Amino acid sequence: MEAEAAKFIGAGLAGTALIGAGIGIGSIFSKYLEGALRNPSAAAGQRTNLLLGFALCEATGLFGFVLAMIILFS
Amino acid sequence: MASGPMEQFQIDRQVDLFEIAGQTVSWTNSAFWMVASVLAIIAFFVLTMRGKLIPGRMQSLGELSYEFIADMVRDTVGPEAMRFMPFVFALFFFILFANLIGMNPYAFTTTSHLAVTAAMAIFTILIVMVAGIWKNGFKWFKIFAPAGLPLPMYAIIIPIEIISFLSRPVTLAVRLFANMVAGHVMLKLFAIFAAYLIAKGGVTALGAILPIAGTIAIVALEFLVAALQAFVFAILTCVYLNDVYHVEH
Repeated sequence: MEAEAAKFIGAGLAGTALIGAGIGIGSIFSKYLEGALRNPSAAAGQRTNLLLGFALCEATGLFGFVLAMIILFS
Repeated sequence: MASGPMEQFQIDRQVDLFEIAGQTVSWTNSAFWMVASVLAIIAFFVLTMRGKLIPGRMQSLGELSYEFIADMVRDTVGPEAMRFMPFVFALFFFILFANLIGMNPYAFTTTSHLAVTAAMAIFTILIVMVAGIWKNGFKWFKIFAPAGLPLPMYAIIIPIEIISFLSRPVTLAVRLFANMVAGHVMLKLFAIFAAYLIAKGGVTALGAILPIAGTIAIVALEFLVAALQAFVFAILTCVYLNDVYHVEH
């Protein structure tokens, strides 16, 4: 296999980190909605934690993106 | 039209200023947009600063933004951390304005460079470390060893805690940088696709409606992300500042 082709395959594989991030973000928001519908009065207080969890989760997916960029452009 | 998606992150040297140790320090487009966002922040607060007893629309905007950050610091760390509030405030507004200004066509997004975000993240962590040691002395290192564990566990927990502490500036910097880069690349890809379709002409030009609609949707998403990332950076700074004041877990 040519080195250039392997590079593109590697960048594509690094993009699979988004699978986990997608599952994680989905589960965060679904669990938040579940909890918020059960106890709407407590929902507003947890919005900070919701966004925090979302950001932490999204970051793991973006590490994959950064990895792909590093593979492609360096 | 044929410009690639990564060319918007190009740094142009506009004026070469002076040299330090063989490296040329230049006034770049990045520096220009950074100064522009700082000036925009100053203009925003000068406009909203006129203190009247009955606040008008502009004044309540300024008061809201103050209250927003003050509440964030008070809720996540506690009232004793209010001396760090100006720092969190400055961080939040610099990132917010840099992100929002970067959303304008032909503007440069300063936060899309790892050097900028890493500088802010490293500074944040240094402040946490220096303030923590300043306030607690060497007791501050207890944050790496949570109390109430069986003794053999410490052999595993302490390295994990140290690694997680040291990875904080990395994640803080990479999160903001990667979010901005990913968003702008995606935006540019859709826009280039639409431009190519229109250039083909005929029936294919009609197909450009879809990518244009996608571009509009992504612009809306990017404005959300711009505000959200500024918020996340500020609130994570608050969470890390927690370690200064609450050493005993």
